[in-house]
Amino acid sequence: MEFIAILIGGILINNYIFSRFLGLCPFFGVSNKLETVYGMGAAVVFVMTLASAITWPLQHLLLEPLGLGYLQTVAFILVIAALVQTVEMVIQRVSPPLYAALGIYLPLLTTNCAVLGAALLNITQDYSFMASVVNGFACGLGWTLATVLFAGVRERIEGLHIPEAMRGMPIAFVAAGLMALAFMGFQGLFRGILF
Amino acid sequence: MNESTSNATFVGVLRDGLRQAPPFRLLLGLCPALAVTTAMENGFWMGMAVIFVLACSELLISLLRKVIPDRVRIPVYIVIVATFVTVVDMVMKAYLPEMHAILGIFIPLIVVNCVILGRAEAFASKHGPLLSVADAVGVGAGFTVSLMAIGGVRELLGTGNLKLFGFALLGPGLPLEIVVMLLPAGAFFVIGFLMAGLAWMQNRQQERARRAQVGAFAGAGGAGAAGGPGGPGATGGAGGGEEAAV
Repeated sequence: MEFIAILIGGILINNYIFSRFLGLCPFFGVSNKLETVYGMGAAVVFVMTLASAITWPLQHLLLEPLGLGYLQTVAFILVIAALVQTVEMVIQRVSPPLYAALGIYLPLLTTNCAVLGAALLNITQDYSFMASVVNGFACGLGWTLATVLFAGVRERIEGLHIPEAMRGMPIAFVAAGLMALAFMGFQGLFRGILF
Repeated sequence: MNESTSNATFVGVLRDGLRQAPPFRLLLGLCPALAVTTAMENGFWMGMAVIFVLACSELLISLLRKVIPDRVRIPVYIVIVATFVTVVDMVMKAYLPEMHAILGIFIPLIVVNCVILGRAEAFASKHGPLLSVADAVGVGAGFTVSLMAIGGVRELLGTGNLKLFGFALLGPGLPLEIVVMLLPAGAFFVIGFLMAGLAWMQNRQQERARRAQVGAFAGAGGAGAAGGPGGPGATGGAGGGEEAAV
């Protein structure tokens, strides 16, 4: 039950884009085309799940027992950078087609605040190991869902007749705001179970 | 980013940086720009933290730019930035605990703020320490002003007043309480309309300049007939491309 709550919470209620504001740069960066969104989304889900799985033991088995809590930021970002690099190399060796699909998105994930944000939030929310992994996975899915929906919206906006000054990014932001309003409707779900 | 490496002066670089106003022009550093700007003061402190981290890291990177091997430069930059972020995090926790609680996770997340790594890579790795600090202060100040603008509009519309360091700037305040402005959706609306306003002003300026030029060269002509160059779309595209490159 707890895992289901975390899963739904991560995807809908605390959506990374629309309620927590994490991973916005790639959200606006790649949502021009639907195809690129799928590639980026897959990479985000994959790396976020792995990063959650690695940073949890790092924090609870290494940094905390040794009293090195202040190294959290440095240690996490380094581990995530190394992880992304490793994943990139492994995928390149094992599955060239997958690498062709994800390759260009993976390096971007080091500086994606959603990945580091998930790792840090797992710690501040005192999740267990399994819960952290589920949360990382769910938040990655939530990011992908938001970006896929938004890419659809943007494709529709493109052909419309919009006032000169609103063209491009401004109208995209307003559209994202409207979607955030829609996502607020999920806030009532699971109240009392999750929080 | 079009810094001229020749005849770059401290003030010139500072002004260039300020003009870039990261969240609006470059579309970088969006997460804190939207997340913490429920009030003007939050934007101010977030900006201060970013200026400190940016200035220290650019200074250090610029000093070490000939020592750092090219192949491992990005990890080195990340470690340098992360170190200063940790410093800010601990100082704020000690002296500004309330602000630290509000900014929360977005303080450690300065590490992955694309503005900082972007400036380190684009400017500090190629310029001397003095210019790098100028660039950092300029870009950081632009970021701060942008955040304060977003935060100010949201606070004004959401609560009817503006507070800075505990003082209510508008006295009794206005009878406004548009709660949605304080919610996540409001952040998107405000930044969207502010960007549109900037684009509108820019278009008008360009139009006026062109009209003056045409008037000077060809006398009276149908200058204003053609629409302005797709300013906002073009800048948006460039920003996206830049982000992808980082």
